[in-house]
Amino acid sequence: MPEPERPEPDDSEETAGTPALEVAGGAAELTASPTAVPERPAAAPSTAPAAEPGGEPGGEPGGTGGEPERARSLWSDAWLELRRNPVFLIAGALIVFLVLISVWPGLIASRNPLACSLSKSLDPSAPGHPFGFDAQGCDVYTRVVHGARTSVTVGVLATAGVAALGSLLGGLAGFFGGWWDAVLSRLTDIFFGIPIMLGGLVFLSMTGSRSVWTVIAFIVLLGWPQIARIARGSVIATKQNDYVLAARALGASNSRMLARHILPNAVAPVIVTATIALGTYIALEATLSFLGVGLQPPTVSWGADISDASQGMQFRNAPHILLYPAAALSLTVLAFIMLGDAVRDALDPKLR
Amino acid sequence: MTLLEVRDLHVEFSTRDGVARAVNGVTYGVEAGETLAVLGESGSGKSVTAQAVMGILDSPPGRITGGEILFEGRDLLRLPEEERRRLRGARMAMIFQDALSALNPVLSVGYQLAEMFRVHQKASRREAAEKAVELMDRVRIPSARARAGDYPHQFSGGMRQRIMIAMALALEPRLIIADEPTTALDVTVQAQVMELLADLQREYQMGLILITHDLGVVADVADRIAVMYAGHIVESAPVRELYGEPGHPYTKGLLDSVPRLDQKGRELDAIKGLPPNLLRVPPGCAFHPRCPMARGVCRRDAPPLQQIGAERSSACHFWKELLDAR
Repeated sequence: MPEPERPEPDDSEETAGTPALEVAGGAAELTASPTAVPERPAAAPSTAPAAEPGGEPGGEPGGTGGEPERARSLWSDAWLELRRNPVFLIAGALIVFLVLISVWPGLIASRNPLACSLSKSLDPSAPGHPFGFDAQGCDVYTRVVHGARTSVTVGVLATAGVAALGSLLGGLAGFFGGWWDAVLSRLTDIFFGIPIMLGGLVFLSMTGSRSVWTVIAFIVLLGWPQIARIARGSVIATKQNDYVLAARALGASNSRMLARHILPNAVAPVIVTATIALGTYIALEATLSFLGVGLQPPTVSWGADISDASQGMQFRNAPHILLYPAAALSLTVLAFIMLGDAVRDALDPKLR
Repeated sequence: MTLLEVRDLHVEFSTRDGVARAVNGVTYGVEAGETLAVLGESGSGKSVTAQAVMGILDSPPGRITGGEILFEGRDLLRLPEEERRRLRGARMAMIFQDALSALNPVLSVGYQLAEMFRVHQKASRREAAEKAVELMDRVRIPSARARAGDYPHQFSGGMRQRIMIAMALALEPRLIIADEPTTALDVTVQAQVMELLADLQREYQMGLILITHDLGVVADVADRIAVMYAGHIVESAPVRELYGEPGHPYTKGLLDSVPRLDQKGRELDAIKGLPPNLLRVPPGCAFHPRCPMARGVCRRDAPPLQQIGAERSSACHFWKELLDAR
């Protein structure tokens, strides 16, 4: 249990209280006393409950305010921790770059990834084409850059879908318990029994034309039980805290207890699992595309490119056609998994 | 009209090993402006009774199997849940033992206090924040305005408990149930918090139910004491009479086990044995295996709670002997 970080002003309320009030209010009214407080609307803005975790109203009476004295919540604590973590900084920089090029690939690759000429098939790098050409004579550099969009879209949207569906179903099951919980738990057991690779081969090979959305829908369908299980456990653990009981004893409704007291305290494990899952979903899309049941041309996907490159051992003579998309994929998955790791370390105080 | 009247309340818990009867026919009442202390060891049913009154019993596994809880004349057990929810916080409120765990760690205390006004009175954000600071002043938190944005872990134990009290008092309820409000605090702070609670109770003329296992805490503030053992009330009396001449051997045991300054060097008279397992309550009087006065009849017949004075009752076959022995 942490000791109070702020020295308790002792019994003399008047002497300790007045300077703090002046600092807090900003309006230096010499007559300020605790009883006169309600008549001072000028002081209100700075004391409105801090919505921002780092919001620090007022300062220290003795002017000793500084970094360790700041009001900190779990979230601002986690942010402070993350900012100092080199793993997070590297992963974060990589991810920002990936997101930028997936939104505007033209920033660093102005060519059309589908403009290919067979005459350049498997040519090595040339001026303006640093990664060379693939079997179809397409520019590998352009395709690698444009492939980021597919991977990031699949990763982010599938994770968002899995997290939303999983935490909704799991959270409600954990909160209300009873038959819904029993049904959901058995349902997750069934889904856990389906190997995701085999499931992908079966489900996706049945669909005729596959877009990014088909793949996302498939991942959400098979991925949500993992998050649902974590959300359920986390909500059950949070529900047993005294402050939830206290909120109930003071008249909070179910929806308010969920939104204000349970969700903010139960969401950390879900965020951590989802961030790590993001990387694996990107790898999953690539794997499915590699196996030929994922994305189809003309969608540019690293997985599909890796698959093409490995056809007929072409990469023995032209290793660049396999190397670059594979490196891009590995780097992206690594970045998201590193981010997940850093977030987990920051949000789980027990690991510190 | 009595503010709160609990009549013949029964609460059971279904467990894997059987049904635990945590509360067996408890009857007590509190008037407005009165303080009732409910005294008992862990597992005596004192907190469960309070949770049943508040309507926050964990059910399942808990189940109210009988009795009435009359609050301002209405039987709470017959009210729809939504109506009970509106009573909680507004007309009746509860203070918990450990304020660190009873306050939400991710919300500032000012926000949590303001929430009371925003939920129940639909107050605006600013208005509610203003009232929250007033409340913190009321419970004597120094530089309340500056500290409203702080989080629970930044306060000392005593200050946190004051915030808990402020939350319970926010809407000026008629009844407050304080479940061991000072157990988690050190002794000097205990006295301050108790004094604050007593002052505020006098000021607002609320009914206060003080649940505790600490005889020292209740002596100064309570009007009446109900002693609970294994889900029964074994003695109920005005404070002075109970301390002067206990009418039940269990009460006497509790009083004798308080260390006294004038008996230095002597061994403390602790009550022998352990409280009974609620799954296997002894037949007859539940206290008989630990009772120095137990005789044959105690093993067979459970003594009823009977009137033994103008305002007091006891559930012991031998209450007369006990009173005469003094």
